[in-house]
Amino acid sequence: MITSAHFMVLSAVLFFIGAVGVVTRRNLIVIFMSVEIMLNAGNLAFVAIANRLGTIDGQTIVFFVMTVAAAEAAVGLAVIIAMFRNAETIKADELSSLRW
Amino acid sequence: MSPLIFYPVAAAAVLSALAVVTARSPVRSAMALVATLVSLAACFAMLQAHLVAALQIIVYAGAVMVLFLFVIMLLNLQDDPPETGRAGLRFGAGGVAVVLAGGFAKVLWEHSAGDGAVLAESFGTTKVVARSLFSDYLVPFELTSVLLLVAVVGAVVLARRDDAPGQD
Repeated sequence: MITSAHFMVLSAVLFFIGAVGVVTRRNLIVIFMSVEIMLNAGNLAFVAIANRLGTIDGQTIVFFVMTVAAAEAAVGLAVIIAMFRNAETIKADELSSLRW
Repeated sequence: MSPLIFYPVAAAAVLSALAVVTARSPVRSAMALVATLVSLAACFAMLQAHLVAALQIIVYAGAVMVLFLFVIMLLNLQDDPPETGRAGLRFGAGGVAVVLAGGFAKVLWEHSAGDGAVLAESFGTTKVVARSLFSDYLVPFELTSVLLLVAVVGAVVLARRDDAPGQD
């Protein structure tokens, strides 16, 4: 029998896979995709809790997370394009012009 | 929820998420991310979040991923070179993540064990979610439209060339 607890564990695993991607990758677009994995893991936790408690609020909040994620993707990718135009690279450790 | 459906879907989600993080080519990462998002949509459907599952496919796997692929193609990115050095960082991050994920999983498992609420047949349908969205969450919903407007304007301003015609 699969309960919401199984989905909570899956969401924890996915969240940390995304976190490893954010920390270890240098390509800004891949870092961005890892953030999307983390946001989706959060969404899964929300939906699992909504299912467990029998209240709809968890599913409603997923809408707001999706909206914020879409806005974040649009602005973030625009920032990446602007960076690529200025520095000709999107490798996180080559973009060091603000480093002391 | 049948284990015969859950475990393959969960394995697909985890493996494709690992592929996103490890793939050398950004396009491969993006394709693996589509697989992750579709697996999660299946999880949402299993949890009786039918509307959320449909939106996940349409908004995420559709619109957001097209945006990602569009930028990857636009920048004409080459594959990342094989990682040299920084092995300590990668294994360290992986080890810390495994420990933390194990800890989180244990706590979440213990605190959400047992049977959940008995759900109505209509749980998660468009009608029920919309009723919540347009009553309890009406103000945040309206603020969301402002957020999206700001994001659209911000994205256009940021991605625009400085020497674009028609600029003052």
